[in-house]
This record gives sequence, structure tokens and C-alpha cells, in this order.
Amino acid sequence: MAGVSDAELQGMTQEERAAALGMMTEQLTGKSMYIEFDPEATERFAYPWAPDVDFNKRAEIDAAEMSTKEVNARIRELMREGYGTVVLHNPRGKHSLAVGILNRLNLIIEGSIGYFGVGLIDGPNVRINGRVGWSCAENMMAGTVVIQKNAGSTFGAAIRGGDLVCRGSVGSRTGIDMKGGTIIVGGDTGALSGFMMQRGRMVVCGNAGKNLGDSMYDGTIFIGGEIASLGVDAVTADLTDLDKKWLTRKLTQYELMPEKGVDHFTKVVAGKQLWNYDNLEPNEKKLIL
Amino acid sequence: MAGTQYRGSEITDVDQFIKDAAGLESEREKEIGQHIGYRYDVNLVPDYGRITPFLKDYMEYMGWDDLNWLEDIHMGYEEGKPAVFDRNINGWVRVPDSIALPDNQQDRDMIARELLLKFQMSDRHPLVALRKAYTKF
Repeated sequence: MAGVSDAELQGMTQEERAAALGMMTEQLTGKSMYIEFDPEATERFAYPWAPDVDFNKRAEIDAAEMSTKEVNARIRELMREGYGTVVLHNPRGKHSLAVGILNRLNLIIEGSIGYFGVGLIDGPNVRINGRVGWSCAENMMAGTVVIQKNAGSTFGAAIRGGDLVCRGSVGSRTGIDMKGGTIIVGGDTGALSGFMMQRGRMVVCGNAGKNLGDSMYDGTIFIGGEIASLGVDAVTADLTDLDKKWLTRKLTQYELMPEKGVDHFTKVVAGKQLWNYDNLEPNEKKLIL
Repeated sequence: MAGTQYRGSEITDVDQFIKDAAGLESEREKEIGQHIGYRYDVNLVPDYGRITPFLKDYMEYMGWDDLNWLEDIHMGYEEGKPAVFDRNINGWVRVPDSIALPDNQQDRDMIARELLLKFQMSDRHPLVALRKAYTKF
């Protein structure tokens, strides 16, 4: 990698670039990477490619006459110009708004957005003064997203990190396949919330619909209200002092702390009876091996 | 206790996975030559009383009131060595022997968060080369 300049890389095909940068095409499945940390690494808080933005530098976008693609491109352009606070007016329920932001940024959306809003983000703080459609913040990596009203189904699907907060109620399959992060719901959540959850934390201040935590592998769900029914392999567990401290801190932070505290929350975890990798059929073993 | 289980075995010792260097317990693990499952308690929430100055500075820089995505980062143990899983490269990154391990998991997790952050933001992270080779926008 060291002997190749950026200018030289730009003149290459993608295949040539990959080879010049030492990319391998061999199958690495099952092998350890053997990378070791460098304790002397430079202390930096942003990705090397992330533009340097200033939270005090503010810009506004009127999305009324813009397409989703134009809005998203404009947000990136503003970040490259150093704007750290962007206010988006008139989103008018457009789908896939503000996706793929991989940087710190304060984004305020004045209105409601459609499906797949703020998906694939890694770092920004987003406040949505309205409602959101299906799959809000899908695959979110880091950052905070706070929705002032209600959200649709599959809220925070496959989220991997960060805090996703809805002050109102959300639809069904909240946090489906979530692999990390925290989802907080101020109101109720629908059926099959936490379906196939693998890790992370879900906090619902209100009630939960049927089959909560169905087929969950790991992770923790905290419910403040009633649970219609638990799903397959979801079991209740004791709320520890550390859980209570964490819940109090998180809910206070987002101004969703119930008047009666957190002691009444029910904790739901995986029973881990579905962890039966040892019982795979011979044909499945052949495929894996 | 539920929530701190590791495939049916409670984590009773902070060095459990260092002492258990082979780590291949089941027939299935022996067959495939690698460990299945987590080598730490994924459900352990951070104790904010143990947060380090570096992590506090990071929170302030990002405009967060807590550790955010780093709440999910723990020190794990791979082949008897302390390591951290980096989701961006889908692999374990080992903690150098020169770093002394504290005697409790919470402090170890804070070290893991610091190291992972420094690694992910450094120029030697594999994602830097990957972006140069494959980035589309």
C-alpha cells in the first residue's frame, strides 16, 4: 500500500486498485485475522475520511421541491463544507431520507419522513419532529435518532449500534434481527418485537404485543407495561442493580423516565434453547465444512 | 442466572476464557476447529463510574451523553488471548501483552473500547484501504 499514490490509484481499474492495495481474494472463513492493536496509535475521534464539521455552523435545506437523491447529496455536500448542523424542512414523507451518513452531524428534520429513513448511519445525532414510516434507522451503526411522534413497523430493523428513540408508539417487529445498540420506545410496541434479536437492548415503557422476543438468540428486552405473550425461547430474568442504574440513566437522558421509576420493568432474555449448532443435519455440516 | 449465561455455563471467573485457552468444548467446535458463541457476556451494560477520560472526550466530540455504540463493545477472549471484535472488519483484534489487564470485566471493557476506537480511526485500519479500492461515492 505504501508505494502507491492516490493519483496512481485513480488511474487504475477497480481490480488493479484492489491488487495494488494488497486486497486478497482467497477464502478466509474460519481463520483468525491476527491483527494486534497499536497502543501508540494516534488519538483521533473521527474516521480518516470523515470531513471536519463544526456543530456551530448551521445550514438549512428546503426539501419541498427536491428528490430524495438530491436531498441526500446536499447533506453530504454541506458536511464537506464543514456544516455540523443541518435543518431539513418540508420532508413531506419522502422515503430513504438522510441515509448513509458516516460522520458526526446534528440533523434536525422538521416534519415526517417515509420508509427507510436515516438508515445505515454511523455517528450523527438526528431529531425528527414528526412521524416515521417502516424500517426507520435500519442497520444503524452509531449515533442517536429521536422521533417525537409515532413510528411504523420494523423500527430499528437489524440495528447494530447507537440509540434509536421513539417518544410515541411503534408498529410490529420492532428491532427485528437487531445485532446491537439500544431501541427505546416511550409508548407501546406491536407483535413480534425483538424477533430473532441477536444482541443489544430494547426498552419499551408501555405494553408489548404478542410473541415478544420470538426466537431471540441473545440481547435484553425491558418492558415497563404488560406483555401480551412471550415468543419461543424468550424467558424472563431478574433485573440487576446494574440494569436499574443503566435504565435510569438512559431513560432520564431521553426524558422518558416513568414517574414510578424502573423497578417495575420486566426483563426478557433468550432461554438459549435454540443454540443447537451441535445438532445440525449431516448435509448442513457438509455445507458449512 | 439468566442474562449472564454462556451456553449454559455461568461466567464465574473474569479469567475464565483466558485459562480455558483451547476453548473448544463441544464436539461441533472440535469438528470445525473454532469456537461457537461469545467469549464474554454480551448483555453486560457499562458501569459509567468506570469510564476513562479518553472515552469522555470522545462522547463530547460526538455530542453524545453516553457511550452510544461502544456500549456493545466488550473485551472478549480468542484462543486464550484478550481481544476485541471489530465489526468493521468482521474479525478479532488482539490486545497487546504489554497492556496489563485489570481484575474486573468492566475496566477491561473500557480498555477494549479505547483500543477499538483508536484502531478504527487510524490510517492503518483495513477499511481505509478497502475504501480506496472499492468506494463508490
